[in-house]
Amino acid sequence: MQLNVSAKRIFMVGSAWWILLVLFETYALRTTFGFEWQVALADAANFNLLVATAGYIMFNSMKFYQASPKTMIYLLIWSIALASLCAVLHRYLMASYFFHDNVPYQEYLAGSHVIRGLFAWLMIGLIGMQSSIWFYLQEQRASEKREQETLKFSREAELATLRQQLQPHFLFNSLNSISALAGSKPEQARLMIQQLSDFLRGTIKKDDQQFVTLDEELKHLQLYLEIEKVRFGHRLKTEIVRDEETAGLTLPSLLLQPVVENAIKFGLYDTVGEIVIRIDAKAADKQLMITVENPFDPETSRPRQGTGFGLNSVQRRLYLLYARQDLLSTKMTGPLFQTEIKIPQPA
Amino acid sequence: MMNVILIDDEPLARSIVAEYLRDFAELTVVQECNDGFEGVKAIAQHKPDLIFLDIQMPKINGFEMLELIEQPPAVIFTTAFDEYAIKAFEAHAIDYLLKPFSKDRFAKAVQKWLANHQTSGAKPATNALINEEVRQPEERNRIVVKEGSNIRIIPVHEIVYLEAYDDYVKIFTAKEMLLKKKTMSFYEQSLDTDQFVRVHRSYILAVSQITRIEPLEKDTHLALLKNGAKIPLSKTGYVKLKTVLGL
Repeated sequence: MQLNVSAKRIFMVGSAWWILLVLFETYALRTTFGFEWQVALADAANFNLLVATAGYIMFNSMKFYQASPKTMIYLLIWSIALASLCAVLHRYLMASYFFHDNVPYQEYLAGSHVIRGLFAWLMIGLIGMQSSIWFYLQEQRASEKREQETLKFSREAELATLRQQLQPHFLFNSLNSISALAGSKPEQARLMIQQLSDFLRGTIKKDDQQFVTLDEELKHLQLYLEIEKVRFGHRLKTEIVRDEETAGLTLPSLLLQPVVENAIKFGLYDTVGEIVIRIDAKAADKQLMITVENPFDPETSRPRQGTGFGLNSVQRRLYLLYARQDLLSTKMTGPLFQTEIKIPQPA
Repeated sequence: MMNVILIDDEPLARSIVAEYLRDFAELTVVQECNDGFEGVKAIAQHKPDLIFLDIQMPKINGFEMLELIEQPPAVIFTTAFDEYAIKAFEAHAIDYLLKPFSKDRFAKAVQKWLANHQTSGAKPATNALINEEVRQPEERNRIVVKEGSNIRIIPVHEIVYLEAYDDYVKIFTAKEMLLKKKTMSFYEQSLDTDQFVRVHRSYILAVSQITRIEPLEKDTHLALLKNGAKIPLSKTGYVKLKTVLGL
């Protein structure tokens, strides 16, 4: 939108500039060489039209070049080529189609050939330079905006994940388990307090911007799973499988947390009896692929449209980090619900 | 001697209730249950005087479990923070315990019930509580029905229409008809109003099931459903349906 408004303004300013140039040149030709005004106007209009067209080509070609020393060379080559073309075309057009019999004008045309080329080069070069700067600024502004958005969202996400992780249910039920253990098995109560503290510290401390290794993320998840197992040990089994190649691969911190939380919640509340939550990490084509699997009851529950099961925030976060919508996918095979996350690795 | 049943999906949460109950010699825990299904069976079998009931449990929650019991015993809810439940409790609680609770708080709840139980010897006001319009979010998506000794969970998207039937509501799905002891106005309020419309004093329709609407008499219409059923629409019902359909 912004680009369109600016482009329009540039077009207006350019047109005004062009008209002024034509008028000025007409005036100069008339006073300096004494041509009739039609001749002077035709010459000025034709030449400036050529230069304007060349300038437009220049403007458009600059769109595709990032500002760099290399671009300057392109700019030089382009402007010289376009300027020569302008000079040659102008001379050819004016000599063959207009005012053949105006001898002083034809002489002037032949004589001004070189200086005209140089003038055109100056103009086109200037336009090229301006365009390059303009596009550079546009690009800069856009990326700044993206960055700000990412920053803003990551703060929101951090708060949201915090809110989720400090889910009242999870926290109060864990505290209740500790209370129960304190009477009968004080040692275990202590262990659980320590696990809960480590888990909470991990969630509070971690910066959402930060990338962590798969090891760290899994360690954090493990704490969470240990606590859940104290609560649901009789029903909850977990399996974490990871390829050796995933060692050292990274992912945005706390990304898996809400996914696993969802899996557990659905697994536990959608079925009775023992459930297995499976987390599987693989490396494939420079990507880290993580699958989280939980059982559910296809008879009674229907995941909402799209990714469903409250995974939207994870998808949104992936989109802002990688500008891709296809990194999170879900699928249902029989009584199993699978969430698959792909995390591109830095080259 | 009075019988108590504990229903909670977390063993540790039951164990603390059992532990605190040891101070009350007159109360005996006859069974502990992991979920609402076990709860329904155990209550039918033991006819307990008091149950301790969690809200969030697998498949069916505590409220839904109570709906399945003809004459529910006295209930003390034990639950973690839950904004829906708390609202309900505040209005109608016999008593509820927020996890984790202290021994004193627990004792107070039990003594309160004991005092009540000895004076009136009657049932507490549990029914008022569960009929409240304070529902758990998952209850908007399913209806739990008891069919003989089976407990059925009907996802609302399978419902074709509901029909009033004395004190009951007939729930028609594509495959079958089930009975549930509830009122039409209950479902009118608890079901999603974009998907279900009370088109008649005795009927609630799933909008997605309608194939055609025909005029019947002056002011009344007939809705034809995918399964072939023909449902009369009252004058006001027809207007309501048109609004939902965006006509």
